[in-house]
Amino acid sequence: MRVLMFGWEFPPYISGGLGTACLGLTQALSRLGVQIIFVLPHIKGEISASHVEIRSASSALGPGKKFTRLYAYPPAAGYHNGEKAFTGEYTADMLREVESYGIAAGIIASQERFHVIHAHDWMTVYAGLAARKASGRPFIYHVHSLEFDRSGDNVNREIFEIERLGLWEADHVISVSNYTKSMIIRRYGLDPQKVTVVHNAVSRKEGMTYARMPKNPHEKIVLFLGRITFQKGPDYFVEAAARVIRAMPEVRFVMVGTGDMMPAMVERVASLGLGSHFHFTGFLQGAEVDSMYALSDLYVMPSVSEPFGITPLEAMLYDVPVIISRQSGVSEVVRHALKVDFWDVEELANMMVSALKHPALVRELTEKSQEDLKNIHWDRAAEKVVRLYQDLCS
Amino acid sequence: MPAVCIYFQVHQPLRHRRFSVFDIGKGLPYEDEEMNRQILEKVADKCYLPANLLLRELIEKYEGKFRLSFSLSGIILEQLQRYRPEVLDSFVNLAQTGAVEFLGETYYHSLASLFSLPEFRAQVKLHQAAMEKHFKFTPRVFRNTELIYSDALAEEVEKMGYQAMLAEGADRILGWRSPNFVYQSARGSLRILLRNYRLSDDVAFRFSDRSWSEYPLMADKFARWIKEAAAGCQIINLFMDYETFGEHQWADTGIFEFLRALPEEILKLSDLNFLTPSEVIDVYEPVGSLNVPEPMSWADVERDLTAWIGNHLQNDAIKTLYGLEKVVQQAKDDGLLEAWRKLQTSDYFYYMCTKWFADGDVHKYFNPYPSPYEAYINYMNIIDDFTRRVGGGKEA
Repeated sequence: MRVLMFGWEFPPYISGGLGTACLGLTQALSRLGVQIIFVLPHIKGEISASHVEIRSASSALGPGKKFTRLYAYPPAAGYHNGEKAFTGEYTADMLREVESYGIAAGIIASQERFHVIHAHDWMTVYAGLAARKASGRPFIYHVHSLEFDRSGDNVNREIFEIERLGLWEADHVISVSNYTKSMIIRRYGLDPQKVTVVHNAVSRKEGMTYARMPKNPHEKIVLFLGRITFQKGPDYFVEAAARVIRAMPEVRFVMVGTGDMMPAMVERVASLGLGSHFHFTGFLQGAEVDSMYALSDLYVMPSVSEPFGITPLEAMLYDVPVIISRQSGVSEVVRHALKVDFWDVEELANMMVSALKHPALVRELTEKSQEDLKNIHWDRAAEKVVRLYQDLCS
Repeated sequence: MPAVCIYFQVHQPLRHRRFSVFDIGKGLPYEDEEMNRQILEKVADKCYLPANLLLRELIEKYEGKFRLSFSLSGIILEQLQRYRPEVLDSFVNLAQTGAVEFLGETYYHSLASLFSLPEFRAQVKLHQAAMEKHFKFTPRVFRNTELIYSDALAEEVEKMGYQAMLAEGADRILGWRSPNFVYQSARGSLRILLRNYRLSDDVAFRFSDRSWSEYPLMADKFARWIKEAAAGCQIINLFMDYETFGEHQWADTGIFEFLRALPEEILKLSDLNFLTPSEVIDVYEPVGSLNVPEPMSWADVERDLTAWIGNHLQNDAIKTLYGLEKVVQQAKDDGLLEAWRKLQTSDYFYYMCTKWFADGDVHKYFNPYPSPYEAYINYMNIIDDFTRRVGGGKEA
């Protein structure tokens, strides 16, 4: 089985969970003997991943080539002719980039041999469709998040339309949770039969013992790790923290990540007089993230709408107890976590204080969450995906 | 002539209100009055009232040949008195037939037998007084919370003047022996009546299970099974929650029709009759003694205590609760003592069970909390509040 896969992120080019999920899934697929051509918008340096054949969309668009517009959903600005390299980042003229990426995809598809097209998230919908047109192979649209997750009800209409196009046009859809599947059905009117849920998983780093850092018994650390954007609920984290401090003055809150809500969060923390209890580290990667998990006493994911959410699983690998919002896909696969509705700040604070105050609660959560982790493996996800490939190709 | 011995457990825990860490020290009540009233009303209408009425009718119809026993926790008595006195009256009415026996238990449906013998004795006495007050009946037979039994406990119960105690007919203590005989405690002469869990659970758990090969269970078939099981034996003990009738098994499953038909089907078989537990021990001599060094119960597949104690949450909560015994006793305040005792109801620890695999469904059905972790958090917040009230947290 040979798969042409389109993704926007792949380690080390990541800004969030999408790249992490693509890596975990492709590794497991290749263990099952699946060959993967992975197309990224642009490659700056070397990618060490040996289990996939990496292609760059920007190099496929040779200079001087002329393309005709393929889709009925033109971006605000006109498409460009490939002179400019893709940044592959989530920029303002993103729509133009995804369209160019789609054009490149058509070219790559006509040069490669493969059985299935597998495209991750809305940025790759045009690419998936172009590749299908060029090859006649079936197209799977893998939904890791939706515009409604990212933006609530203030959706970007154009992105919504691209998602809808992808969902309707795809030969099959994979969603990362039942939570997302039901949103696809409710908001985009898709036939449930066409959507298969494949839950994400978490990768264990080889050779890594999940070091338990000596924790300060006198000062507890509560961790938020994710983009500081509407979707991740950073404001609920800050409001809950303010309540926690009233009950337990010796607590530190660390927010790892960046995003458009970061200035507002810094201001809110200051106006609550919590400056001395808060640390904003900015975006962290690799070993810094690892040690952040290891140092923490509690991990909180208060997402407003989280299609899956791999970070709580990562925290669990470090024996850190987690609080996750019920509005998340990961809560479908994790039993031994504290779960809260994201808007219920009082209850979130109640749980945070309890987890910091009662060692018995922490022990039960962390010991039992290892049982949860036993059942969460990318191999299991990959097996489901392979079955889908086989169904679509037969 | 082998006997069929029926015992129904009647109990409803007091559900706690959502008690946040920010509610501690505000003098708020612990119980959710409205929820408790609603649940009691519902169970009264679906189970207690119709079932009592039916039992009364059956006792009269068979002129006392149909006999049975109940155990009512003090907690349920108080709730009935408060919210539905007519249900309590209907139990009194059953008591007056002379065909119903009442068993002794801990007033607060507690696990005190495992953690504090003085407290255990006090609660048993309280319960005995309540039985005498309401039913003019002094229990001779004891049933501990969730049928928890051990050799040491039997010794204690015998010292308190009881003649028999109920226990689970667990395979691991019986080995090749049958639960259908009277046994005797290992360290004394307390009689032991063992639950026939297969036949009891056929009614309590499997009655409405459509995937069960014996579905639907009719009274004549069940009577036949009892007869077969009882051949050459002394008793068949059918012990179950009273809420089986109309609440766990809804009326539309036919459970009341089953109960209505059962006495006749059993009495038709001329070699079977009904006896209450104390009648059983008057009629039958024990055939041997049972060694139960470790406590056992009637819960889950393990029949041990792990539904209530064993995980970190449960152990911490129970340790904290019984750690307060001394300060509560020293306070000499009836209100505080009662509040502490109410916190001992075993259900609170059952809600904290994280053993969600084999018996997960049963646990979920009875758990008002979304998860055992929330049950623990809520309970510990209440305990924290209580600790401050009793003075243990003054310095904090």
